[in-house]
Amino acid sequence: MSVEIWTIVLVGLSFAAYIYIGWQSRVENSKDFFIAGQGIPSIANGAATAADWMSAASFISMAGLISFLGYDGSIYLMGWTGGYVLLALLLAPYLRKFGKYTVPDFVGDRYYSNIARLVAVVAAIFVSLTYVAGQMRGVGIVFSRFLQVDINTGVIIGMVIVGFFSVLGGMKGITWTQVAQYSVLIFAYLIPAIAIAWFLTGNPVPQLAFTFSDIADKLNKIQVDLGFKPYTEPFVNKSMLDVLFTTIALMVGTAGLPHIIVRFYTVKSVRAARFSAGWALLFIAILYTTAPALSMFARYNLIDSLHNQTVAEVQQLDWATKWEKTKLLAFDDINKDGRFQLTPNKDTNEIKIDRDIIVLSTPEVANLPPWVIGLVAAGGLAAALSTASGLLLVISSSIAHDIYYRIIDSSASEEKRVFVGRIMVGFSLVLAGYFGVNPPGFVSEVVAFAFGLAAASFFPVIFLGIFDKRTNSEGAIAGMLTGLIFTIIYIVGVKFGGMQPWFFGVSPEGIGTLGMLINFAVTLVVSRLTPPPPAEIQAMVEDLRSPLIEE
Amino acid sequence: MDEDQRRSYWRANTTLIRNLLIVWALVSLVFSILLVQPLNAIRFFGVPFGFWMAQQGSILVFVALIFIYAFQMDKLDRKYNLGKQDQKYNLKK
Repeated sequence: MSVEIWTIVLVGLSFAAYIYIGWQSRVENSKDFFIAGQGIPSIANGAATAADWMSAASFISMAGLISFLGYDGSIYLMGWTGGYVLLALLLAPYLRKFGKYTVPDFVGDRYYSNIARLVAVVAAIFVSLTYVAGQMRGVGIVFSRFLQVDINTGVIIGMVIVGFFSVLGGMKGITWTQVAQYSVLIFAYLIPAIAIAWFLTGNPVPQLAFTFSDIADKLNKIQVDLGFKPYTEPFVNKSMLDVLFTTIALMVGTAGLPHIIVRFYTVKSVRAARFSAGWALLFIAILYTTAPALSMFARYNLIDSLHNQTVAEVQQLDWATKWEKTKLLAFDDINKDGRFQLTPNKDTNEIKIDRDIIVLSTPEVANLPPWVIGLVAAGGLAAALSTASGLLLVISSSIAHDIYYRIIDSSASEEKRVFVGRIMVGFSLVLAGYFGVNPPGFVSEVVAFAFGLAAASFFPVIFLGIFDKRTNSEGAIAGMLTGLIFTIIYIVGVKFGGMQPWFFGVSPEGIGTLGMLINFAVTLVVSRLTPPPPAEIQAMVEDLRSPLIEE
Repeated sequence: MDEDQRRSYWRANTTLIRNLLIVWALVSLVFSILLVQPLNAIRFFGVPFGFWMAQQGSILVFVALIFIYAFQMDKLDRKYNLGKQDQKYNLKK
């Protein structure tokens, strides 16, 4: 069977499974709809969190990014995993104990203020929308590349599938679908990685092949010979301070992302929340320790098989000519010596490699059978769809639960609340689809926003809400606003306003760390200058600290 | 749980969190970023050690830290007789 048929079969089968699961987990009441009835076992919640977390960007682009950045790519590896330690130790168990529906719920109740709740709702919607716009585009791109449909058609197919299981099943449907999506995406990622590790080093475990082989040394030598810095040399693209700030911003941002936090409301107990965070990171680590191995092998392999080859030799490589057609790989014999050379200099470089082909081309480069390529397509779609559905639920519950139920109509019946929830999922779906079809030009540039803003707004208020009883509503509101406003101004100023990165050259990606520190300082100082929170709030914080759930 | 027990439970919890976060910051921020250059002079099998910490080692430590926390908290809950009641609650549901 050809690649195209395998792709259609595997994508079709996985989609049928998602829809079946979505139908099986359809729900009626708001507790099931918003927090899956708090009945998700910790290991399943771990797999769902991992799928929710790993987006099309993690699946398709991250390995390529690391491949080009070498050591400096570690900011993503450590940043996007290290945050789970903060989440597991500092936030997840207490939020589960709190046991309501959303992150703004916690902020609103703990700081006894609807203003705090609203600031949190706006931040949650902003963060999630930024993120989901990129996901829908990702869905469209994967579809168009593998099924040869128009990108916009791809976006619409994606919308229909996501809409089906999230409108019907809410959080419960999403969770069980994500467990299935995790299985698809991890197999799809591991099979080509194992193949290339085997092919290059004779060791099938990528993580071990990374360490117990001479590929790193060989790659360093080749890079230096071609005029690049060694692959393993630190701080080639970013200064040490910027690497430090960016890593921290990604870590803290990860811990503060509303679609990840809300997952810990769905488990049975505080104990389950603790273990669930461990399972989530273990499942994520399987991909995140494979990615750097894949990055290094793919880089070595691409240079080794393309650099200094004659035009005729390259034309014989079936995968090279195929990718050349997509324009993601381009050759140009500038100096007319009949061979292609890769150099760091733009004017003499004859091989242009797009970052996104690293993961997507590996199966073909390693000569794997066509079904593996179909599986990679299904995996990329699983990654994009699972993240999109988690984000859609955050947007819809922020509106349906935090604004409609908690602020506008607190006497709304159960049916009405679920109904509003469904309408809002539909509404956010259309919005996300619109962004997928008409991507705002800045999508790829604003990923920094989501993390920077989550770091600068949510993390400090939740952390202090649990660990500092003295933090009051005045402090929390002042802190969230200053952290948010500072971070927005810096990112917008540098990205769009031509402002110099004036804080020791720290890039917009890393400025969330400073925003977070400002938030902490302002919150602590303002809280101390204003009256302490009421006694019942202090009692509530005291109660959060014990894992006993009494209802 | 009385007031004293509550306080000592919370103190044990925060001490555990602090110790684990020190390890977290050491492996990621200190070894993998601040000290990566000197550590790269040491070899970890086929790769420089600082580079390995940044791309593999720290992630493995992160996973271990969360499970250590979960198991230690289980122990602490048992010591303060919290674990059982938690389970009883779940069975009741």
